[in-house]
Amino acid sequence: MKNSTGNVVHAPQSWDSVFAEQIIEEHMALEGPMLPILHAIQAAFGFISEDAMRLIAARLNLSRAEVYGVVSFYHDYRQAPAGRHVLKLCRAEACQSMGGEENAEHLLRRLGLDWGQTTPDGRLTVEAVYCLGLCACAPSALLDHEVHGRLDAASLEQLAMEAL
Amino acid sequence: MRIFIPRDAAALAVGADKIATAVRAHAKTLGVDVQVIRNGSRGMLWLEPLVELDMPDGRIGFGPFTLADIPGLFADPAAHPKALGKVEEIPFFARQHRLTFARCGVIDPLDLEDYRAHGGYTGLARALSLGAADTVAEVKASGLRGRGGAGFPTGIKWETVRTAPGPQKYIVCNADEGDSGTFADRMIMEGDPFALIEGMTIAAVAVGASRGYIYLRSEYPHAISTMNAAIAKAERAGMLGAAVMGSAHAFELQVRVGAGAYVCGEETALLDSLEGKRGQVRAKPPIPALVGLFGKPTIVNNTISFATIPFIFEKGAKAYADYGMGRSRGTMPVQIAGNVKHGGLFEVAFGITLGELVQDVGGGSATGRPVRAVQAGGPLGAYFPPALFDTEYDYEAFTARDGLIGHGGLVVFDDAVDMARMARFAMEFCAHESCGKCTPCRIGAVRGAEVIDRIITGQDPVQNLSLVQELCETMKFGSLCALGGFTPYPVMSAIRHFPEDFAPAVMPVAAQ
Repeated sequence: MKNSTGNVVHAPQSWDSVFAEQIIEEHMALEGPMLPILHAIQAAFGFISEDAMRLIAARLNLSRAEVYGVVSFYHDYRQAPAGRHVLKLCRAEACQSMGGEENAEHLLRRLGLDWGQTTPDGRLTVEAVYCLGLCACAPSALLDHEVHGRLDAASLEQLAMEAL
Repeated sequence: MRIFIPRDAAALAVGADKIATAVRAHAKTLGVDVQVIRNGSRGMLWLEPLVELDMPDGRIGFGPFTLADIPGLFADPAAHPKALGKVEEIPFFARQHRLTFARCGVIDPLDLEDYRAHGGYTGLARALSLGAADTVAEVKASGLRGRGGAGFPTGIKWETVRTAPGPQKYIVCNADEGDSGTFADRMIMEGDPFALIEGMTIAAVAVGASRGYIYLRSEYPHAISTMNAAIAKAERAGMLGAAVMGSAHAFELQVRVGAGAYVCGEETALLDSLEGKRGQVRAKPPIPALVGLFGKPTIVNNTISFATIPFIFEKGAKAYADYGMGRSRGTMPVQIAGNVKHGGLFEVAFGITLGELVQDVGGGSATGRPVRAVQAGGPLGAYFPPALFDTEYDYEAFTARDGLIGHGGLVVFDDAVDMARMARFAMEFCAHESCGKCTPCRIGAVRGAEVIDRIITGQDPVQNLSLVQELCETMKFGSLCALGGFTPYPVMSAIRHFPEDFAPAVMPVAAQ
């Protein structure tokens, strides 16, 4: 994806209303464009800001409350930036059956975090996820876009340390 | 020499990419000419990464494969310490009836020619020659029921959409596989994506729909990219687009990515989400078959239901219906997961018992401790104790035991499990994922977790247990969809079958 100045975007960039309008415009031919727009906005800017919601509302001819209602409904959409890396730990039943909760508690204690929090240096956010479909190689985790299975307390901690 | 290293997310999660890179490098050093094929998974997930060598008399497996196992792989394969023999002779694999998953793990998922060489698109050709009415009749004759969990006859749904008036109809695939312990949708999309595309195309031809959507959960990034790549290939080959397979039928297919809401696996919440709204459940009637996506007649089927359609048209409805028992015809890809020795996907005709699946096929717990409970059918499914392991795998047999087969997941727990904690988790999960429309679900789940907490800490356990049971009745009968309506299954089954876990740790009198 390219921003309004023509640069290819990898890491989230700061707010750019021209680029945001361009993203919205690219999705306007879709039926039900709201979720694809929100995904693309979040991919570009890291979260869905007030500014973004205002633009989307205007372009889709909706109230800001309606857009906020959608953004706040879905667990994926952030209203504030996350850490540079996001570690999602599965907390569903299959991972629980293999000690996933104990591993997670151990890691959170080591990092001094609670679920959903980010390390003070902004490098790592740890979040819960309910099922990655890796239930026969539990416990599992997703570090950014990379899947990991058969984790124990030590390998999970090592994974988190790689991101720190 | 052809060498197969899976690209399935479960294989990637245990290092398949690193192995593929290292195997290529090793072959180059030795001067061995290899073609590395990134196949789907065979479903024997305890053996992943499962590397296969194509030998003159069949494919030989090695697993679970590590980087340290690479030396010696090409020199004397049979003597390799991780050699498993012929993959298709491994008992877990040989015992199955692989109909829906026949190609998964065998072919290169993104090679359309490989797909055709294994029977792909013969089903669509047959459906095009049969015409709409006979295509729907064929689905009815197969006895296929919705594999998402509800078990509604697929052919009847298709007939309703076929005969519904209206120029615009939709085909929607529910690939929002959120149940813990299930991964069949993910595996088929990553291992045989053209099967899903072909199944949806047959549905489109049968009911006269020109547009389709695959609502795919965001937690499955690999399935998303594989499906998008497969759709692009099918379009280029004329299998999707303005003239499907050269016929007069147009069918355009798109992937839509979910946003982390479990409730969107419920078909009406899914439709609202596709329309760009909050994923809230709609009251039925009207049914989606008549008033579905954007108010138009819509088939909403599960991924596995659609992916089974090509087999039914390639081999005939009878070939499918010959498998199974009672009103449960055909096969179910059972997903055996959690604390189990041999976890994976086991496609089998209905009628096998729960105990056979857990103990014989799954080999008991991974930890080697006794199996204490099995949750069947995801977070809304009941916990079964070993005393009920004679239950036959069949929609009606599970219902008779106050359970459900759901989407085919089984999560195994050993004797370390605390069932009061699992019952509490069921309420907590419902509270976390409730769409908020129905009060018994939205508020009941929060109160349910609080009341179970009181039982765990020994506050008025007798009264609080009866309060939870009363609350479960209210949730069951006062919720529009299965989230609020079925959360009572895990809670009540835990209380009924494992009452000892709900006895207070400290007697109330002693605490005072």
